[in-house]
Amino acid sequence: MFHFLRRRVLTSILPLVAVLLGVFVLARLTGDPASLYLPESATPDQRAAFTERNGFDDSIWQQIADYFGGVFRLDFGESLRTGESAATMALRAFPATLQLAGATMLIAVAGAVVIGSWAAFRPNSLADRIASFLSMTAASVPDFWFAITGVWIFAVGLGALPTSGVSDGMSSWVLPVATLAIRPLGVLTQVVRGAMVSALSAPYVRLARSKGAGGVRVVSHHALRNAAAPALTVAGDLTVSLVNGAVVVETIFGWPGIGKLMIDSITGRDFAVLQATVLLTAVTIFVLNIVIDVCYALLDARVRETARV
Amino acid sequence: MSTLSDKAADGRPATGSDAPAGGAEPSAPARDSRVGLWRMLLRDRVATAAAAVLSLIVLTAVFGPLLVGSAATEQHLDNTNQPPFTFDDGWLGVLGTDPLGQSVLARLVVAARTTFSVAAPAVALALAIGALIGMWAGYHRGLRETLAMRVADIIMSFPSLLMAVVVLYVFSPSVANLVVVLAITRIPVYLRTARAESTELQSRLFVDAARTFGTSSSAIIRRHVFPIVLPTLLTLATLEFCYVMLAESSLSFLGIGIQPPDVSWGLMVSQGRSYLQTAWWLTFFPGLAIIVTTVSATVLAAWARLATDPAQRWRLTLPRRARHRTRTAPAPQEAQS
Repeated sequence: MFHFLRRRVLTSILPLVAVLLGVFVLARLTGDPASLYLPESATPDQRAAFTERNGFDDSIWQQIADYFGGVFRLDFGESLRTGESAATMALRAFPATLQLAGATMLIAVAGAVVIGSWAAFRPNSLADRIASFLSMTAASVPDFWFAITGVWIFAVGLGALPTSGVSDGMSSWVLPVATLAIRPLGVLTQVVRGAMVSALSAPYVRLARSKGAGGVRVVSHHALRNAAAPALTVAGDLTVSLVNGAVVVETIFGWPGIGKLMIDSITGRDFAVLQATVLLTAVTIFVLNIVIDVCYALLDARVRETARV
Repeated sequence: MSTLSDKAADGRPATGSDAPAGGAEPSAPARDSRVGLWRMLLRDRVATAAAAVLSLIVLTAVFGPLLVGSAATEQHLDNTNQPPFTFDDGWLGVLGTDPLGQSVLARLVVAARTTFSVAAPAVALALAIGALIGMWAGYHRGLRETLAMRVADIIMSFPSLLMAVVVLYVFSPSVANLVVVLAITRIPVYLRTARAESTELQSRLFVDAARTFGTSSSAIIRRHVFPIVLPTLLTLATLEFCYVMLAESSLSFLGIGIQPPDVSWGLMVSQGRSYLQTAWWLTFFPGLAIIVTTVSATVLAAWARLATDPAQRWRLTLPRRARHRTRTAPAPQEAQS
């Protein structure tokens, strides 16, 4: 398992570096950073001083080396807006997003397993219709529209939920989590349903049935474990795309998370913070992918065997 | 190839990357099968409706702006924020007016063109590049395949919206840049599908035969691989159209997509947001337009996936009642798609 982990980490480092390099070079492609950061009225002296202070007069290779050197020393530069360390800002915003994403995936996975298994177990039942409705919604309803309509109905119309912010305890979670959950829930339900349909017709389930196992036991003990592997893979991909949703949802609901910080640092042209948030997101996704692969290996004996070699 | 790297390839279940499970060679002459497809479409009422709605929207996007003329930008400051079905200013007020007195309907029609002029080229570009590289990589295998898949993995492992946000921040948000960014982020989807099918096809007998006769690999890909991969890719493209449209809407909503004075559906939702309490129709109708379009495209894609798959096509040729009955006992293949 250790061998497997090491190889997985090594193969994932490359994409990570590529993403960082891409963001770094793209950010520098805007031309002279001084004209972006300084006001129009800045004197040439001020511009020169600014360029030198931030090391923009070095060659691009030197800058890349400096940046990556800084990353290894855990020095991510300072925010140009607040003067705070970019890492502090990113890390402060991180838990809010993590909580949001965690709650969302928990609800999505639990809902998908229940609805998906039920739909597979009883085709054409109510659950089957709910499953297809959910997957249709997931593929076609824009999340920002869902969020705004939710605000309109529940916050503006009924006054039951707050329009934004995190101050109101549990009730401020309802709309953001619901908005974020529609997509993963719909997709996952479809995946679980599909995997369960094929698992339920597999020989080992027929064997379990012939030995007299009841419906619930067959589903929960025999079929679900085997249907979990594809669902897990998709759940991983969905968590990556959850960041997409988080940017939108955090902007709409004023959620002080990483997505909002990213948009703010983009509109505020704050390179260091942008890079820190992108790095943090990329590392999280990177760790997540490894965790998923390990879970995958734990679930599937065939993968475990190849991993051991 | 290990199971681990395979799992990345079929990570997206909804794309139907494995739709033609069995033999996918077109058995009938192309002309006949096209007539068959039309008849099959007309037989499925839901799919027909979806196709009709989608054609209507496309026609609106193409010719609509000519019909409404300058009504979308004409301001009537004496006639602002009128609720739907106020006809003081003619039939264009049927969906209400915005804070500048512009007709919501006229703006929707003009926005349809913008939305489509981003989504359609982006899908076409991603489809062309992804299919080419995917077929090429899958046909040749080896290093070329590994390289292409690695790059696809890198693109896929990063949230697409984030990438678009970063790129559009660096380059100014214009329609052309939007198209390029959305295309690049979606290339891997086609690439993986095309590679998976092409890998399987390159070991088939008819490809072997062509190779034995000395056909060049580019000719084999063009003549023997491409026609078989195409239906799957087109189905996928229909689904992807929804995705790209939603992505464009999200970007426009966040203020880094389509910029005013241009208008897209996503931008309209964003602009109407501050009037949520007083004028719900400003956000409701653009959102509804997006949903109607994406639902139609999804339904049509689901139909096309069945229709272009020889192993599943029989489902569509059955009378309605019988089809309903077969649903209760889904074949194992259905689980895959």
